[in-house]
Amino acid sequence: MINRRRFLASLSVPALSLPSLKVVAAVPWQPAELPSGAADTGILEGLAGKVPLIKRSYRPPNFETPIDYFRDPITPNNAFFVRYHLAGIPVVDAKAWRLKVSGDAAGRTLEYDLAQLKREFEMAEIVAVCQCSGNRRGLFEPHVQGVEWGVGAMGNARWKGIRLRDVLNKAGVGKDAVEVAFNGADGPAMPGTPDFVKSLPVDKALHEHTLIAFEMNGKPLPHWNGFPARLIVPGWTGTYWMKHLTEIDVRTKPFSEFWMNPAYRIPAGVFPSVDRFPTQETKANQPITDIVVNSLVTSIHDGHKAKLGQVLDVAGVAWDGGRGIRDVEVSADGGQSWYLARLGKDLGPYSFRTFSHKFRPKEAGSLVVMVRAFNTRGDTQVSKLLHNPAGYHHNVIPRIRVEVLA
Amino acid sequence: MKTPLAIATILTLGTAVALAGEAQVKLKEAPGVEKVRANCVACHSLDYIPLNSPFLDQKGWEAVVAKMTKAFGAPIKAEDAAPIADYLASNYGKK
Repeated sequence: MINRRRFLASLSVPALSLPSLKVVAAVPWQPAELPSGAADTGILEGLAGKVPLIKRSYRPPNFETPIDYFRDPITPNNAFFVRYHLAGIPVVDAKAWRLKVSGDAAGRTLEYDLAQLKREFEMAEIVAVCQCSGNRRGLFEPHVQGVEWGVGAMGNARWKGIRLRDVLNKAGVGKDAVEVAFNGADGPAMPGTPDFVKSLPVDKALHEHTLIAFEMNGKPLPHWNGFPARLIVPGWTGTYWMKHLTEIDVRTKPFSEFWMNPAYRIPAGVFPSVDRFPTQETKANQPITDIVVNSLVTSIHDGHKAKLGQVLDVAGVAWDGGRGIRDVEVSADGGQSWYLARLGKDLGPYSFRTFSHKFRPKEAGSLVVMVRAFNTRGDTQVSKLLHNPAGYHHNVIPRIRVEVLA
Repeated sequence: MKTPLAIATILTLGTAVALAGEAQVKLKEAPGVEKVRANCVACHSLDYIPLNSPFLDQKGWEAVVAKMTKAFGAPIKAEDAAPIADYLASNYGKK
């Protein structure tokens, strides 16, 4: 590990003339479970307007937030992860941008510019975690193909915009509507590649917390996070949070193109607690929907060295798909006994919730720290990975080895 | 819903900043590497290959090449699919 760190530290990061670059560490911490090729190529890299992030791929850009940024419940805009499927990413001119609402189940077709949307609809705000469906894919054993994310394909922000339902109701949602589909300005490099289009069930599209956001943490959305408008689907995974939103299609028929099926599927019945999406379900599988309950320890990593007599703080964030975090439990003896962690400020049910459990190890030697979060419904994390072909919903209770030195 | 051509002509100030780092990605020099460069780089940077290594076996890499062709519309000639998969399996495959 030390050798690899030295090796990576010796690689030069290209000098970019970007304002306020803040390097959190010369080399990012990455989980030991990652495929070696992913660990070796996961270097810190600048992307215009971002602090150095962990590069998974240059084009389309897939960049992960280093773990230290999750010590705070709100992820800064310039450290927020970046995820694209397709390499045709336009820099959108806010003045020329238009949002079109139409579809065979829409009462009428509408088109808005940015100023009209902001003027005509009531503003709403929500704090919500945006987590890539494949966050932690790189931790799967056996490994599965895809972007080999570590733990940082996620972030929590305060989103501000208008309610999607207000816009949909203005257009009129027919009684025969089953889904609402969304397209963004980004597109493929090749004509044969399916454009990235996603749909939601009507009830989720009409949910009061589903927003068309223009702002993130009080600032306009960064380019890489969907400027000038993106969908916010609190509780559901990032795949539905369409960036650079341009088209809304109110449909009488399910949307069945590539990115809904076969992409973004979980096997039927493996994750019993998740939200249903009946118009998209098959016997074999169903679309990924909400985020399963999870937590991330940020204060220590596997192999941590503590000092006897000193306080060890097991701290991090916990989140779920919108039921809200009820408890976080910490064990320091490999799961034999569990203690309630102290929870930080409640920023709402879709937000990260910080936690901390401090204790003094009683003797020198090795111990195993484990953490499990519970949501208000009683769902918790799994002891053993629920393996699935696309590498989704990794919420395995971690085993963090700590060596207590006398 | 939209063709790539349409995307290029609407509401844009230009395309996103080119990523200089991509030029640093170096694949292993071995038979087949030219075909890999020629066929893969139009749609994505080549770091996707080491990123997904070394855990896919020959069948696994063949499935990736088939997915790129069938699902993503990569215009890979039929006779090039096997040499590409062979290169990937030999150089970035499960040992």
